Amino acid sequence: MSNLHTTDVVIIGAGPVGLFAVFELGLLGIKAHLIDVLDMPGGQCAELYPEKPIYDIPAWPVISGQELTDRLMEQIAPFTPVFHWGEMVQSIKGDAQKGFVVSTTEGTQIKAAAIVIAAGGGCFQPKRPPIVGIEDYEQHSVRYAVRQREQMRGQHLVIVGGGDSALDWCLDLQPIATRVTLVHRRDDFRGAPASVKKMRDLVAAGKMDLLIGQVKGLVGAKGQLTAVEVKSKESSTIVPCDLLMPFFGLTMKLGPLSEWGLELDANRIKVDTEKFSTSRPGIFAIGDINTYAGKLKLILSGFHEAALMSHGAMAIVRPGEKIVFQYTTSSSNLQKKLGVA
Amino acid sequence: MNLNITNRSGQVQQLEFSSGETLMKLLRDANIDISAECDGNCVCATCHVYVDKLWLQGLGELGEEEESMLDEACEPEDNSRLSCQLVLSSAQDGMSIVIAPDWQ
Repeated sequence: MSNLHTTDVVIIGAGPVGLFAVFELGLLGIKAHLIDVLDMPGGQCAELYPEKPIYDIPAWPVISGQELTDRLMEQIAPFTPVFHWGEMVQSIKGDAQKGFVVSTTEGTQIKAAAIVIAAGGGCFQPKRPPIVGIEDYEQHSVRYAVRQREQMRGQHLVIVGGGDSALDWCLDLQPIATRVTLVHRRDDFRGAPASVKKMRDLVAAGKMDLLIGQVKGLVGAKGQLTAVEVKSKESSTIVPCDLLMPFFGLTMKLGPLSEWGLELDANRIKVDTEKFSTSRPGIFAIGDINTYAGKLKLILSGFHEAALMSHGAMAIVRPGEKIVFQYTTSSSNLQKKLGVA
Repeated sequence: MNLNITNRSGQVQQLEFSSGETLMKLLRDANIDISAECDGNCVCATCHVYVDKLWLQGLGELGEEEESMLDEACEPEDNSRLSCQLVLSSAQDGMSIVIAPDWQ
Protein backbone atom coordinates (compact mmCIF):
# COMPACT_ATOMS: atom_id res chain seq x y z
CA MET A 1 0.00 0.00 0.00
CA SER A 2 1.22 3.45 -0.86
CA ASN A 3 2.05 5.92 1.87
CA LEU A 4 -0.23 8.54 0.33
CA HIS A 5 -3.94 8.48 1.07
CA THR A 6 -6.96 10.69 0.54
CA THR A 7 -10.07 10.63 2.70
CA ASP A 8 -12.73 12.92 4.16
CA VAL A 9 -11.56 13.06 7.77
CA VAL A 10 -8.46 11.97 9.67
CA ILE A 11 -9.10 10.97 13.28
CA ILE A 12 -6.04 11.13 15.52
CA GLY A 13 -6.44 8.57 18.29
CA ALA A 14 -8.33 5.28 18.16
CA GLY A 15 -9.61 5.17 21.74
CA PRO A 16 -13.34 4.75 22.43
CA VAL A 17 -14.15 8.34 21.45
CA GLY A 18 -12.12 8.28 18.22
CA LEU A 19 -13.76 4.97 17.29
CA PHE A 20 -17.26 6.26 17.97
CA ALA A 21 -16.51 9.33 15.85
CA VAL A 22 -16.23 6.94 12.88
CA PHE A 23 -19.83 5.92 13.57
CA GLU A 24 -21.24 9.44 13.85
CA LEU A 25 -19.32 10.64 10.79
CA GLY A 26 -20.31 7.48 8.94
CA LEU A 27 -24.01 8.13 9.42
CA LEU A 28 -23.47 11.41 7.57
CA GLY A 29 -21.65 9.61 4.78
CA ILE A 30 -18.21 10.85 5.84
CA LYS A 31 -15.26 8.45 5.49
CA ALA A 32 -12.41 8.35 7.99
CA HIS A 33 -8.83 7.19 8.47
CA LEU A 34 -7.60 6.70 12.06
CA ILE A 35 -4.02 7.02 13.28
CA ASP A 36 -2.85 5.73 16.65
CA VAL A 37 0.56 5.44 18.24
CA LEU A 38 -0.45 2.11 19.78
CA ASP A 39 -0.65 -1.00 17.60
CA MET A 40 -4.25 -1.79 18.57
CA PRO A 41 -7.58 -0.02 19.07
CA GLY A 42 -8.93 1.12 22.44
CA GLY A 43 -6.43 3.74 23.65
CA GLN A 44 -6.29 3.90 27.44
CA CYS A 45 -9.10 1.33 27.68
CA ALA A 46 -6.97 -1.26 25.95
CA GLU A 47 -3.50 -0.17 27.09
CA LEU A 48 -4.06 0.78 30.72
CA TYR A 49 -7.09 -1.14 31.90
CA PRO A 50 -8.29 -3.82 29.45
CA GLU A 51 -9.54 -5.99 32.32
CA LYS A 52 -10.86 -3.26 34.59
CA PRO A 53 -14.64 -3.02 34.78
CA ILE A 54 -16.26 0.25 33.65
CA TYR A 55 -19.64 0.98 35.26
CA ASP A 56 -20.74 4.23 33.63
CA ILE A 57 -21.33 3.36 29.98
CA PRO A 58 -25.06 3.85 29.29
CA ALA A 59 -26.96 0.55 29.03
CA TRP A 60 -23.89 -1.44 30.11
CA PRO A 61 -24.13 -2.02 33.89
CA VAL A 62 -20.57 -3.32 33.65
CA ILE A 63 -18.18 -3.72 30.73
CA SER A 64 -14.40 -4.15 30.53
CA GLY A 65 -12.18 -1.73 28.60
CA GLN A 66 -11.38 -4.50 26.11
CA GLU A 67 -14.99 -5.48 25.59
CA LEU A 68 -16.03 -1.87 25.08
CA THR A 69 -13.32 -1.58 22.45
CA ASP A 70 -14.38 -4.80 20.73
CA ARG A 71 -18.03 -3.67 20.65
CA LEU A 72 -17.11 -0.30 19.17
CA MET A 73 -14.98 -1.97 16.49
CA GLU A 74 -17.99 -4.14 15.63
CA GLN A 75 -20.31 -1.13 15.58
CA ILE A 76 -18.13 0.90 13.20
CA ALA A 77 -17.18 -1.97 10.89
CA PRO A 78 -19.94 -1.11 8.31
CA PHE A 79 -18.20 2.23 7.70
CA THR A 80 -14.92 0.51 6.72
CA PRO A 81 -12.54 2.88 8.52
CA VAL A 82 -8.86 2.65 7.56
CA PHE A 83 -6.45 2.26 10.48
CA HIS A 84 -2.80 3.28 10.69
CA TRP A 85 -1.37 1.57 13.79
CA GLY A 86 1.88 2.37 15.54
CA GLU A 87 2.22 5.78 13.95
CA MET A 88 2.47 9.18 15.57
CA VAL A 89 1.19 12.29 13.82
CA GLN A 90 4.04 14.71 13.31
CA SER A 91 2.42 17.63 11.53
CA ILE A 92 -0.85 18.99 10.15
CA LYS A 93 -0.39 21.31 7.18
CA GLY A 94 -3.04 23.27 5.30
CA ASP A 95 -6.37 24.78 6.27
CA ALA A 96 -10.13 24.33 5.99
CA GLN A 97 -10.28 26.01 2.56
CA LYS A 98 -7.50 24.14 0.78
CA GLY A 99 -7.69 20.95 2.82
CA PHE A 100 -5.19 19.38 5.19
CA VAL A 101 -2.23 17.02 4.89
CA VAL A 102 -1.43 14.93 7.95
CA SER A 103 2.08 13.44 8.16
CA THR A 104 3.19 10.71 10.54
CA THR A 105 6.55 9.63 11.93
CA GLU A 106 6.39 6.54 9.69
CA GLY A 107 6.10 8.62 6.54
CA THR A 108 2.37 8.18 5.95
CA GLN A 109 0.65 11.22 4.43
CA ILE A 110 -3.11 11.61 4.37
CA LYS A 111 -5.04 14.35 2.57
CA ALA A 112 -8.35 15.19 4.25
CA ALA A 113 -10.93 17.96 4.38
CA ALA A 114 -11.09 17.98 8.18
CA ILE A 115 -9.16 16.64 11.19
CA VAL A 116 -10.51 15.24 14.45
CA ILE A 117 -8.15 15.04 17.41
CA ALA A 118 -9.31 12.35 19.84
CA ALA A 119 -5.94 11.86 21.48
CA GLY A 120 -7.08 11.31 25.08
CA GLY A 121 -4.29 12.07 27.53
CA GLY A 122 -1.84 12.54 24.66
CA CYS A 123 0.57 10.20 23.02
CA PHE A 124 1.51 6.93 24.72
CA GLN A 125 5.27 6.68 24.98
CA PRO A 126 7.53 4.22 26.80
CA LYS A 127 8.56 5.28 30.30
CA ARG A 128 12.26 6.18 30.07
CA PRO A 129 14.26 5.29 33.16
CA PRO A 130 15.68 8.38 34.88
CA ILE A 131 19.28 7.15 34.66
CA VAL A 132 21.84 9.90 34.20
CA GLY A 133 23.10 9.95 30.61
CA ILE A 134 20.59 7.46 29.18
CA GLU A 135 19.79 9.77 26.27
CA ASP A 136 23.35 9.32 24.95
CA TYR A 137 22.73 5.58 24.57
CA GLU A 138 19.16 5.51 23.33
CA GLN A 139 20.02 5.38 19.65
CA HIS A 140 22.25 2.29 19.72
CA SER A 141 21.99 0.61 23.10
CA VAL A 142 18.52 1.09 24.59
CA ARG A 143 15.38 -0.56 23.20
CA TYR A 144 11.86 0.12 24.47
CA ALA A 145 10.35 -2.32 21.99
CA VAL A 146 11.74 -5.15 19.91
CA ARG A 147 11.38 -4.42 16.21
CA GLN A 148 14.13 -6.60 14.83
CA ARG A 149 14.59 -9.69 16.95
CA GLU A 150 17.70 -10.74 15.03
CA GLN A 151 19.54 -7.66 16.33
CA MET A 152 19.48 -9.30 19.75
CA ARG A 153 21.46 -12.34 18.59
CA GLY A 154 24.84 -12.71 20.28
CA GLN A 155 24.27 -9.73 22.57
CA HIS A 156 24.42 -9.23 26.32
CA LEU A 157 20.86 -8.17 27.10
CA VAL A 158 19.71 -6.52 30.30
CA ILE A 159 15.92 -6.58 30.50
CA VAL A 160 14.26 -4.54 33.24
CA GLY A 161 10.77 -4.91 34.67
CA GLY A 162 8.39 -7.34 36.35
CA GLY A 163 5.46 -7.56 33.96
CA ASP A 164 4.65 -9.65 30.93
CA SER A 165 6.68 -7.58 28.45
CA ALA A 166 9.89 -8.08 30.43
CA LEU A 167 9.23 -11.77 31.07
CA ASP A 168 8.09 -12.58 27.52
CA TRP A 169 11.16 -10.99 25.99
CA CYS A 170 13.46 -12.79 28.44
CA LEU A 171 11.98 -16.12 27.39
CA ASP A 172 11.94 -15.25 23.71
CA LEU A 173 15.45 -13.82 23.47
CA GLN A 174 17.29 -16.11 25.90
CA PRO A 175 18.00 -18.75 23.22
CA ILE A 176 19.64 -16.28 20.81
CA ALA A 177 21.33 -13.81 23.19
CA THR A 178 24.79 -14.37 24.58
CA ARG A 179 23.36 -13.74 28.05
CA VAL A 180 20.09 -12.38 29.37
CA THR A 181 19.95 -10.65 32.75
CA LEU A 182 16.55 -9.76 34.14
CA VAL A 183 16.57 -6.89 36.64
CA HIS A 184 13.54 -6.22 38.83
CA ARG A 185 13.05 -4.17 42.00
CA ARG A 186 11.56 -7.06 44.00
CA ASP A 187 11.58 -10.83 43.89
CA ASP A 188 7.95 -10.98 42.91
CA PHE A 189 6.54 -10.70 39.40
CA ARG A 190 3.13 -9.57 38.26
CA GLY A 191 3.46 -11.25 34.87
CA ALA A 192 1.68 -14.48 33.92
CA PRO A 193 2.54 -17.23 36.47
CA ALA A 194 3.51 -19.65 33.68
CA SER A 195 6.08 -17.15 32.34
CA VAL A 196 7.42 -16.50 35.84
CA LYS A 197 7.94 -20.24 36.31
CA LYS A 198 9.73 -20.61 32.95
CA MET A 199 11.99 -17.68 33.81
CA ARG A 200 12.80 -19.15 37.25
CA ASP A 201 13.56 -22.54 35.67
CA LEU A 202 16.02 -20.89 33.26
CA VAL A 203 17.68 -19.08 36.16
CA ALA A 204 17.89 -22.32 38.18
CA ALA A 205 19.45 -24.08 35.18
CA GLY A 206 22.07 -21.32 34.91
CA LYS A 207 20.84 -20.22 31.49
CA MET A 208 20.01 -16.64 32.44
CA ASP A 209 20.44 -14.34 35.44
CA LEU A 210 17.97 -12.62 37.72
CA LEU A 211 19.08 -9.63 39.75
CA ILE A 212 16.91 -7.90 42.33
CA GLY A 213 17.61 -4.19 42.29
CA GLN A 214 17.49 -1.17 40.01
CA VAL A 215 19.69 -0.03 37.14
CA LYS A 216 21.36 3.10 38.45
CA GLY A 217 24.41 3.57 36.25
CA LEU A 218 25.54 3.15 32.65
CA VAL A 219 29.01 2.26 31.38
CA GLY A 220 30.03 2.74 27.77
CA ALA A 221 31.35 5.15 25.18
CA LYS A 222 30.22 6.82 21.95
CA GLY A 223 26.60 5.80 22.43
CA GLN A 224 27.44 2.12 22.89
CA LEU A 225 26.84 0.50 26.29
CA THR A 226 29.25 -2.06 27.61
CA ALA A 227 27.78 -2.58 31.09
CA VAL A 228 25.16 -1.34 33.54
CA GLU A 229 25.34 -0.92 37.29
CA VAL A 230 22.56 -2.64 39.23
CA LYS A 231 22.11 -1.47 42.80
CA SER A 232 20.23 -3.18 45.57
CA LYS A 233 20.09 -2.25 49.24
CA GLU A 234 23.07 -4.46 50.04
CA SER A 235 25.21 -4.37 46.95
CA SER A 236 26.13 -2.98 43.60
CA THR A 237 26.79 -5.24 40.61
CA ILE A 238 28.30 -4.43 37.23
CA VAL A 239 26.55 -6.45 34.51
CA PRO A 240 27.91 -6.69 30.94
CA CYS A 241 25.34 -5.12 28.63
CA ASP A 242 25.17 -4.36 24.92
CA LEU A 243 21.45 -3.63 24.89
CA LEU A 244 19.35 -2.34 27.77
CA MET A 245 15.63 -3.04 27.49
CA PRO A 246 13.51 -1.24 30.10
CA PHE A 247 9.83 -2.26 30.29
CA PHE A 248 8.10 0.06 32.74
CA GLY A 249 4.93 0.50 30.70
CA LEU A 250 3.79 3.60 28.90
CA THR A 251 3.13 7.17 29.89
CA MET A 252 1.18 9.87 28.09
CA LYS A 253 2.94 12.90 26.67
CA LEU A 254 1.45 15.73 24.68
CA GLY A 255 4.07 15.20 21.96
CA PRO A 256 4.02 17.12 18.66
CA LEU A 257 0.41 18.23 19.27
CA SER A 258 1.65 21.32 21.07
CA GLU A 259 3.21 22.53 17.80
CA TRP A 260 0.06 22.39 15.67
CA GLY A 261 -0.95 25.98 16.33
CA LEU A 262 -3.95 25.11 18.49
CA GLU A 263 -5.02 27.20 21.44
CA LEU A 264 -4.36 25.21 24.61
CA ASP A 265 -5.34 25.54 28.25
CA ALA A 266 -3.28 23.51 30.75
CA ASN A 267 -2.24 21.08 28.01
CA ARG A 268 -5.80 20.54 26.80
CA ILE A 269 -7.19 21.83 23.50
CA LYS A 270 -9.74 24.61 23.80
CA VAL A 271 -12.96 23.96 21.87
CA ASP A 272 -16.40 25.48 21.44
CA THR A 273 -19.26 23.35 22.71
CA GLU A 274 -21.42 23.63 19.62
CA LYS A 275 -19.15 21.92 17.10
CA PHE A 276 -16.09 21.04 19.21
CA SER A 277 -14.00 23.06 16.82
CA THR A 278 -10.50 24.13 17.89
CA SER A 279 -8.97 27.56 17.28
CA ARG A 280 -7.89 26.25 13.84
CA PRO A 281 -11.00 25.99 11.61
CA GLY A 282 -11.44 22.49 10.21
CA ILE A 283 -9.65 20.88 13.15
CA PHE A 284 -11.90 19.45 15.87
CA ALA A 285 -11.04 17.98 19.28
CA ILE A 286 -13.17 15.51 21.24
CA GLY A 287 -12.79 13.37 24.37
CA ASP A 288 -10.25 13.78 27.17
CA ILE A 289 -7.90 15.91 25.06
CA ASN A 290 -10.26 18.91 24.93
CA THR A 291 -11.36 21.42 27.53
CA TYR A 292 -14.33 23.76 27.90
CA ALA A 293 -16.45 25.14 30.73
CA GLY A 294 -18.02 22.24 32.58
CA LYS A 295 -15.86 19.56 30.90
CA LEU A 296 -16.15 16.08 32.40
CA LYS A 297 -13.55 13.52 31.36
CA LEU A 298 -16.04 10.73 30.74
CA ILE A 299 -16.29 8.33 27.82
CA LEU A 300 -19.98 9.17 27.51
CA SER A 301 -19.19 12.88 27.22
CA GLY A 302 -16.75 12.03 24.44
CA PHE A 303 -19.49 10.13 22.59
CA HIS A 304 -21.77 13.17 22.79
CA GLU A 305 -18.94 15.40 21.57
CA ALA A 306 -18.39 13.03 18.61
CA ALA A 307 -22.01 13.45 17.49
CA LEU A 308 -21.95 17.25 17.61
CA MET A 309 -18.51 17.42 16.02
CA SER A 310 -19.74 15.31 13.10
CA HIS A 311 -22.36 17.89 12.20
CA GLY A 312 -19.69 20.59 12.44
CA ALA A 313 -17.34 18.55 10.24
CA MET A 314 -20.09 18.02 7.66
CA ALA A 315 -20.15 21.76 6.92
CA ILE A 316 -16.45 21.57 6.05
CA VAL A 317 -16.31 18.19 4.30
CA ARG A 318 -19.45 18.83 2.20
CA PRO A 319 -19.97 22.58 2.27
CA GLY A 320 -23.43 23.67 1.25
CA GLU A 321 -24.92 20.23 1.67
CA LYS A 322 -27.92 20.27 3.98
CA ILE A 323 -28.00 17.76 6.81
CA VAL A 324 -31.28 15.95 7.15
CA PHE A 325 -31.39 14.84 10.77
CA GLN A 326 -32.44 11.19 10.94
CA TYR A 327 -32.78 8.35 13.43
CA THR A 328 -31.27 4.90 12.94
CA THR A 329 -34.55 3.34 14.11
CA SER A 330 -36.59 4.80 11.25
CA SER A 331 -34.32 5.96 8.44
CA SER A 332 -33.87 3.40 5.66
CA ASN A 333 -31.02 5.57 4.37
CA LEU A 334 -29.09 5.21 7.65
CA GLN A 335 -29.98 1.54 7.88
CA LYS A 336 -28.53 1.02 4.42
CA LYS A 337 -25.27 2.66 5.57
CA LEU A 338 -25.24 0.32 8.56
CA GLY A 339 -25.81 -2.65 6.29
CA VAL A 340 -28.99 -3.71 8.11
CA ALA A 341 -31.65 -2.58 5.64
CA MET B 1 -5.80 18.78 59.60
CA ASN B 2 -2.67 19.36 57.54
CA LEU B 3 -0.06 17.57 55.46
CA ASN B 4 3.47 18.78 54.69
CA ILE B 5 4.19 18.38 50.99
CA THR B 6 7.62 18.70 49.39
CA ASN B 7 7.21 19.28 45.66
CA ARG B 8 9.65 18.37 42.89
CA SER B 9 11.45 21.69 43.23
CA GLY B 10 12.08 20.94 46.90
CA GLN B 11 9.67 23.57 48.21
CA VAL B 12 7.61 22.61 51.25
CA GLN B 13 4.01 23.62 51.62
CA GLN B 14 1.19 22.79 53.97
CA LEU B 15 -2.07 21.48 52.62
CA GLU B 16 -5.28 21.27 54.57
CA PHE B 17 -7.31 18.10 54.14
CA SER B 18 -10.48 16.50 55.35
CA SER B 19 -11.06 12.83 56.14
CA GLY B 20 -12.11 10.55 53.33
CA GLU B 21 -10.42 12.17 50.35
CA THR B 22 -7.53 10.55 48.53
CA LEU B 23 -4.10 12.12 48.66
CA MET B 24 -4.01 12.15 44.83
CA LYS B 25 -7.14 14.30 44.63
CA LEU B 26 -5.83 16.63 47.32
CA LEU B 27 -2.55 17.10 45.43
CA ARG B 28 -4.25 17.60 42.11
CA ASP B 29 -6.77 20.10 43.45
CA ALA B 30 -3.84 22.04 44.92
CA ASN B 31 -2.20 22.07 41.46
CA ILE B 32 0.76 20.12 42.70
CA ASP B 33 2.54 18.65 39.74
CA ILE B 34 1.52 14.99 39.62
CA SER B 35 0.15 13.66 36.35
CA ALA B 36 -2.14 10.90 37.78
CA GLU B 37 -2.82 9.82 34.21
CA CYS B 38 -5.35 7.11 34.98
CA ASP B 39 -7.37 9.28 37.37
CA GLY B 40 -7.11 6.98 40.36
CA ASN B 41 -7.54 3.56 38.77
CA CYS B 42 -4.22 2.27 40.08
CA VAL B 43 -2.98 1.43 36.59
CA CYS B 44 -0.39 4.09 35.73
CA ALA B 45 1.86 4.83 38.75
CA THR B 46 2.15 8.52 37.87
CA CYS B 47 0.82 9.77 41.24
CA HIS B 48 3.81 8.31 43.07
CA VAL B 49 4.90 9.82 46.42
CA TYR B 50 7.40 9.05 49.18
CA VAL B 51 5.88 8.94 52.65
CA ASP B 52 7.89 9.96 55.72
CA LYS B 53 8.96 6.61 57.20
CA LEU B 54 7.55 7.45 60.63
CA TRP B 55 4.09 7.65 59.10
CA LEU B 56 4.22 4.59 56.87
CA GLN B 57 2.80 2.14 59.37
CA GLY B 58 -0.23 4.31 60.07
CA LEU B 59 -1.18 4.07 56.41
CA GLY B 60 -1.84 0.35 56.60
CA GLU B 61 -0.64 -2.46 54.38
CA LEU B 62 0.31 -1.93 50.80
CA GLY B 63 -2.31 -3.71 48.68
CA GLU B 64 -1.21 -6.23 46.07
CA GLU B 65 -2.48 -4.06 43.23
CA GLU B 66 -0.61 -1.03 44.51
CA GLU B 67 2.58 -3.03 45.14
CA SER B 68 2.43 -4.41 41.58
CA MET B 69 1.83 -0.99 40.09
CA LEU B 70 4.84 0.43 41.96
CA ASP B 71 6.91 -1.72 39.55
CA GLU B 72 6.09 0.93 36.95
CA ALA B 73 6.73 3.92 39.23
CA CYS B 74 9.68 6.21 38.65
CA GLU B 75 12.47 5.55 41.21
CA PRO B 76 10.55 3.46 43.72
CA GLU B 77 11.85 3.27 47.31
CA ASP B 78 10.79 1.40 50.44
CA ASN B 79 8.53 4.30 51.40
CA SER B 80 6.88 4.61 48.00
CA ARG B 81 3.10 4.77 47.78
CA LEU B 82 0.61 5.66 45.06
CA SER B 83 -1.30 8.69 46.28
CA CYS B 84 -4.53 7.59 44.57
CA GLN B 85 -4.65 4.60 46.92
CA LEU B 86 -4.22 6.62 50.12
CA VAL B 87 -7.48 7.65 51.73
CA LEU B 88 -6.69 10.30 54.30
CA SER B 89 -7.99 10.32 57.86
CA SER B 90 -7.19 12.08 61.14
CA ALA B 91 -4.37 9.56 61.63
CA GLN B 92 -2.45 11.40 58.89
CA ASP B 93 -2.67 14.85 60.47
CA GLY B 94 0.88 16.25 60.31
CA MET B 95 2.23 13.62 57.89
CA SER B 96 5.04 14.62 55.54
CA ILE B 97 5.28 13.43 51.95
CA VAL B 98 7.64 14.09 49.07
CA ILE B 99 6.45 14.06 45.46
CA ALA B 100 8.47 11.43 43.55
CA PRO B 101 10.16 12.32 40.26
CA ASP B 102 8.14 11.94 37.07
CA TRP B 103 8.99 9.92 33.99
CA GLN B 104 10.75 11.96 31.33
